[in-house]
Amino acid sequence: MQVTLKVYRYNPEKDKKPHYDTFTLEADPTERVLDLMERIKGLQDGTLTFRRSCAHGVCGSDAMRINGVNRLACKTLVQDVGKKITVEPILGLPVIKDMIVDMEPFFENYRSVMPYFVNNDPPPNGERLQSPEERERFDDTTKCILCAACTTSCPSFWANGKYVGPSAIVNAHRFIFDSRDQAAKERLEILAGQFGVYRCRTIFNCTLACPREIQITKAIGEIKEAIATGNLD
Amino acid sequence: MSNQHQYEVIVVGAGGAGLMAALYASRSANTAVISKLYPTRSHTGAAQGGISAAIGNYEEDRPEWHTYDTVKGSDYLADQDTVEFMCNESPKAVYELEHMGLPFSRTPEGKIAQRPFGGHTNNETGRPVRRACYAADRTGHMILQTLYQQCIKNKVTFYDEFQVLDLLVVNGKAAGVVAIELATSEIHIFHAKAVIFATGGHGRIWEITSNAYANTGDGIAITLRRGLPAEDMEFFQFHPTGIYRLGILITEGVRGEGGVLINDKGERFMDRYAPHVKDLASRDVVSRAEYIEMKEGRGIGGKRYLYLDARPETINKYAAIDGRTNPDGTPYTITGEELLKKLPDIIDFCRTYLGVDPVTQPMPVQPTAHYAMGGIPTNIKTEVIIDENNTVMPGLYAAGEVACVSVHGANRLGTNSLVDLVVFGKHAGINAAEYARGADFEPLPADAADFARQQLDAIRHSKGDEKVYQIGLEMKQVMFDHVGVFRTEAGMTEALAKIRELKERFKHIHLEDSGTVFNTELLSAWELSNLLDLAEVTAASAVARRESRGAHAHEDYPKRDDVNWLKHTLAWLRGKDDVELRYKPVVITKYQPKERVY
Ligand SMILES: Cc1cc2nc3c(=O)[nH]c(=O)nc-3n(C[C@H](O)[C@H](O)[C@H](O)COP(=O)(O)OP(=O)(O)OC[C@H]3O[C@@H](n4cnc5c(N)ncnc54)[C@H](O)[C@@H]3O)c2cc1C
Ligand code: SF4
Ligand code: FES
Repeated sequence: MQVTLKVYRYNPEKDKKPHYDTFTLEADPTERVLDLMERIKGLQDGTLTFRRSCAHGVCGSDAMRINGVNRLACKTLVQDVGKKITVEPILGLPVIKDMIVDMEPFFENYRSVMPYFVNNDPPPNGERLQSPEERERFDDTTKCILCAACTTSCPSFWANGKYVGPSAIVNAHRFIFDSRDQAAKERLEILAGQFGVYRCRTIFNCTLACPREIQITKAIGEIKEAIATGNLD
Repeated sequence: MSNQHQYEVIVVGAGGAGLMAALYASRSANTAVISKLYPTRSHTGAAQGGISAAIGNYEEDRPEWHTYDTVKGSDYLADQDTVEFMCNESPKAVYELEHMGLPFSRTPEGKIAQRPFGGHTNNETGRPVRRACYAADRTGHMILQTLYQQCIKNKVTFYDEFQVLDLLVVNGKAAGVVAIELATSEIHIFHAKAVIFATGGHGRIWEITSNAYANTGDGIAITLRRGLPAEDMEFFQFHPTGIYRLGILITEGVRGEGGVLINDKGERFMDRYAPHVKDLASRDVVSRAEYIEMKEGRGIGGKRYLYLDARPETINKYAAIDGRTNPDGTPYTITGEELLKKLPDIIDFCRTYLGVDPVTQPMPVQPTAHYAMGGIPTNIKTEVIIDENNTVMPGLYAAGEVACVSVHGANRLGTNSLVDLVVFGKHAGINAAEYARGADFEPLPADAADFARQQLDAIRHSKGDEKVYQIGLEMKQVMFDHVGVFRTEAGMTEALAKIRELKERFKHIHLEDSGTVFNTELLSAWELSNLLDLAEVTAASAVARRESRGAHAHEDYPKRDDVNWLKHTLAWLRGKDDVELRYKPVVITKYQPKERVY
């Protein structure tokens, strides 16, 4: 079938302001939007610029707005979005060129929530034990691939980029509810602060945007609850 | 003018191997990691099934068994000293990952969960053993995330989205690297005492592959251009279960959980090829069996794919036939829900890309180019060696998929790459830092960035009508058809000639993007030049090896030939149409080669 792909274009070395280009190409309904972009870059316009690597939804490189919704181009099939497709960069981070945005502010927020395991007791010879139930407690938030689809769909983040955003909260959640970790208190303090969870207005965009289907709003709710009650179960 | 930086140790690559190296090197040496991708985008994150360690959380297991299985899996081409070292170190490595917080799946007693994988056995009974430690089907994701998190905790220095283009060698020693900053196209010189290459694989040479776009073999291409050899490049693993046409991997863990391969007649054909372990034979054996089934007309609907059937009723049926039991002796069975818990991502991939639900429908699969057994030759200390006498290049290290320390020989067992990354990544970090302590910075020449610049300029200024995209496509097709699962002398010769023709045509490419900000067209073209060099070396090494061993299945020479070919290939790219091949012996300690039966 014939598909038209309308693409947001901005090249800082040439363009004063962004514009759109439209490409027409033959595509299979089961092809990925990323396949189409690759083919356009290869055969129609070599200057089209975007990030990608794994091409199957596990590396988090290619979050973009596809027909207005944040998705991974490699996890979106033509048949999911129809013959007229518009792709634009994710919102709330500075656009550098075409689909490429500056990810640094996003990673800065991520780093601010202590996204790493802390346990200062000397480790045993074998593994630290953890029951399947304890492991299950934080399973959902271990899945995050740091694609930024959630954070850049959040109106609170658009309003203030200092808000750590849903992705950082998900990554804090992953450790706060890990029975082996010892730094929940510090993380909860950070998240109780000015740029933490209270900026979340439960708008739910993040949960809908997440390509890993992480229950983000639920995770944020659990953290709010933990801050309020001091209770971690 | 170039930007200059100085570090004692430079790690190139931020996948599992690079991050592990960085964590260790940075403990005692001033270290930086350079990566063309954000670290968490590295392809280690795609690894699914598990990381093997003989910790025996369900049943008896021993590092010696792991060693023997790996040697046998390698078709006796692995160096046995390095295999033994890796298998002895792997329990420690897995516990260390757990101590860093890695969220492994758990046994009811709270220990690390393990599952069976192809070729891993109890050496006494010959039955599959649960050796693969896993976190659902996201083991690589968890390893990559955990290591990156620890790097943040330990304040490791990163240069993200910097692509290394060249290795600097001064007085015969590694002296640093040259890189381009993707956002600006500025050239940076990183002056170092020790350099660790951890740039991953190069599956993008082939048409159907499980590998990411970024897996373009940059590390090997860079060292080849600097006159170093590449080892055992003819041995590239084709994984038997890639999603039909897309190549996306369906982990062997599916068969570990009891899934079986089925042909058009509804037969579980692995019965015939590997009567003992059947669907859990090693990958080269299973891929060849599939190929033969398809060639003999038993592909599904006569097409080039088979079914991987993991519906609970199928799993339970064959588990009963095989007499498979749980650790407590009760018959093994599985439900749809349990499957969903153990293989959530696989189920998601099939639903997303195929519209197939593996719980109720079989999955269409075909062999997919997966893993490079060959690479930059190293010794057991991860030092890069430059000739058949094992001469070391001081200051240069390699680890992970880019390296050939040779623990995988002619065929890698599933779950052994992640072990390789963690064990040898760690030791590369330790050894490089220790070397740096006793070494001085070699003085850099004034023109240190010239060679890198020349390569990019040649691409930038090339004026012709060839398309990078088209050349890439032709390379992938000819390599998949002729230097794939099965090979013939005529086919490989044709492929080699074709690759050389493509290298000529590459000189007449034309780029449209002349900018400096994220010029991904320029770098994709440079990456294609790397893939072409690696394809040439692969085809040349393959056509010379007149035997069949592991992943190298030569139809004209269908038998393994230990008299003439029990040796590693070293290949140098000497110039136009000139690959020089030399050979070095395999290290054999305990296990004399014998016929391989599964
Ligand atoms: C789908 C899939 C599933 C797998 N499952 C398993 C499994 O279950 N068990 C198992 O043991 N193995 C598995 N493997 C194999 C294993 O995952 C890989 O071999 C391994 O992860 C490679 O790790 P690495 O650190 O060597 O390289 P990678 O993780 O690929 O990292 C390479 C790094 O090098 C960087 N880089 C590359 N070139 C340059 C350059 N020029 N300049 C700067 N940086 C550069 C990249 O940015 C990246 O950070 C699987 C492989 C695939 C593809
Ligand atoms: S939570 Fe989901 S949407 Fe947000 S960064 Fe992680 S994977 Fe992406
Ligand atoms: S390319 Fe990796 S998530 Fe899309």
